Amino acid sequence: MENKLDGNAAGGVLGEIFPFEMTAAQITCVGCGATNAIGALAAYMHGMGTVLRCPACDHVLIRIVHANGRYFLDMRGARVLQISEETVQAQ
Amino acid sequence: MGQGFVSRGFHGRRQQQQSTLTNRIPPGQYLERGFPVLSAGPTPHTPLAAWDFTIEGAVNQPKRWTWEEFRALPHEDITVDIHCVTKWSKLDTRWEGVSIDTLLQQVAPTTEARYVIAFSDGGYTTNLPLDEMRGGQAWVVYAYEGQPLAPEHGGPARLLVPHLYFWKSAKWVRGLQLVEQDEPGFWETLGYNNHGDPWKEERYQGD
Amino acid sequence: MERRALPGRLGERLVWQLGDVLATREETPRAKSITLAVPNWRGHRAGQHVDIRLTAEDGYQAERSYSIASPPVEAPHITLTVERLDDGEVSPYLVDELRVGDKLELRGPIGGYFVWEANSGGPLLLVAGGSGIVPLMAMIRQRAAVGSNAPTRLLYSSRTFEEIIYREELEQLVTNSGSTGLEVKHTLTRAQPVGWTGYHRRIDGEMLREVAWPLEERPLSFICGPTPFVETAAASLVGLGYEPARIKTERFGPTGESGASGASGASAVPGGHDGE
Repeated sequence: MENKLDGNAAGGVLGEIFPFEMTAAQITCVGCGATNAIGALAAYMHGMGTVLRCPACDHVLIRIVHANGRYFLDMRGARVLQISEETVQAQ
Repeated sequence: MGQGFVSRGFHGRRQQQQSTLTNRIPPGQYLERGFPVLSAGPTPHTPLAAWDFTIEGAVNQPKRWTWEEFRALPHEDITVDIHCVTKWSKLDTRWEGVSIDTLLQQVAPTTEARYVIAFSDGGYTTNLPLDEMRGGQAWVVYAYEGQPLAPEHGGPARLLVPHLYFWKSAKWVRGLQLVEQDEPGFWETLGYNNHGDPWKEERYQGD
Repeated sequence: MERRALPGRLGERLVWQLGDVLATREETPRAKSITLAVPNWRGHRAGQHVDIRLTAEDGYQAERSYSIASPPVEAPHITLTVERLDDGEVSPYLVDELRVGDKLELRGPIGGYFVWEANSGGPLLLVAGGSGIVPLMAMIRQRAAVGSNAPTRLLYSSRTFEEIIYREELEQLVTNSGSTGLEVKHTLTRAQPVGWTGYHRRIDGEMLREVAWPLEERPLSFICGPTPFVETAAASLVGLGYEPARIKTERFGPTGESGASGASGASAVPGGHDGE
């Protein structure tokens, strides 16, 4: 609870990488199979990087580090990502 | 866009650096008077009755200590400077705990053992060369500034390896795995430096 | 699969840009609204936020997120409302130091999840703790500006009467809303003025049960404020039987009772750190 925010807080860094609003995308957890909007994930804005976890089982879905001119993105915790055409076109 | 932009009148809340301290603060760091809590997940709350510490892998005698057994080990007070890769440094932090040398004596690492993977509640891992954990360079600590280590700072026990960036001092540590091949951990696989020497500013991969 | 290209908008990534501070306004002793002109502002939706970045002369940077208080109709001006955290790093600068004529580095709008537009419908249940009112106020203002009659109830928790942000404007909006149904209920948790007839405790399941829409109305709920506040409110609503999928939350961080932060996303970059 202490440093947990909603996935919206990661909207900025996600917006640096993806050219559309990622917080509206739906993501399925490899741990428990729960599907949530990325904006509803538990976001830990750790000073070293961003960690997004499943709100149901805490499994790590997305990790992001931005360092030395590179983005490191680990999405092994996501089984599938669903992005509506509307989301892609709106940006 | 915004290259070179400076916010008029903004200084941040860093502490003024006394010139006598500059040789204790690694390049790119600033002095911090608080103790920031950085978390990548929910704070574990392992009850002491369920807590244990294990050393396994390339050792002749894998060993497990319960909390009582661990607290009965020879321990020491340690005062060290710590340096976080997010640029804050804290000087003269006081800890109490068990030297890794004490623990290693009991498990007798094999000749194959060259690296260590520290693992924690919640799944965090970090990797270190075995040689950099010996010779009074590392501890498992359970008290900070005379008080039991608080959960948000890694309690009941965390690793303390002050000569490297503080992400190597794994919070909520539950054991060490000694291995022959290095295995990059949580941050090391995501762009951070495999070694992490603050005096050489080894922050990121390729530094 | 072919994507329709929208001129100038497809593939645009979020970039840092400089806004000009046009006006500031003291809302309460600790909260200030800052209106900015942002040259390349693409418009926003109520509930979205911006990231603010401050840079000191030696390159040290601190970054925080703040919800946009103004409704989309006011673009390309946007207004942020910031509450000063005593031990904060960014909010004291924004509230005490920043002046008209200064520039502020920002990027946005951000957030596709915690948003309300008139076509999202209602009825709406808005639950605000302290400065958690900010994104919900953008929704309320937008609702008024476009003439939406989605029935809306706001339950707003503040510590004292003087610390209710936008108090008079909310009163006015309620009076003006007439049949289009905006209701506001306050709770004051620390001190109440003489003659106060509103709630005077921290929000709980019982209060929510009294204020919230009947279950069968299937309201859309937005909860915003300090993390403990949001978790209590969300858990209470779920406990009362409201659908979790129709409850959206925006946690501001751990600042709980000592004061709601101004949408602290605490997205520290090397050079800044968590703690606000």
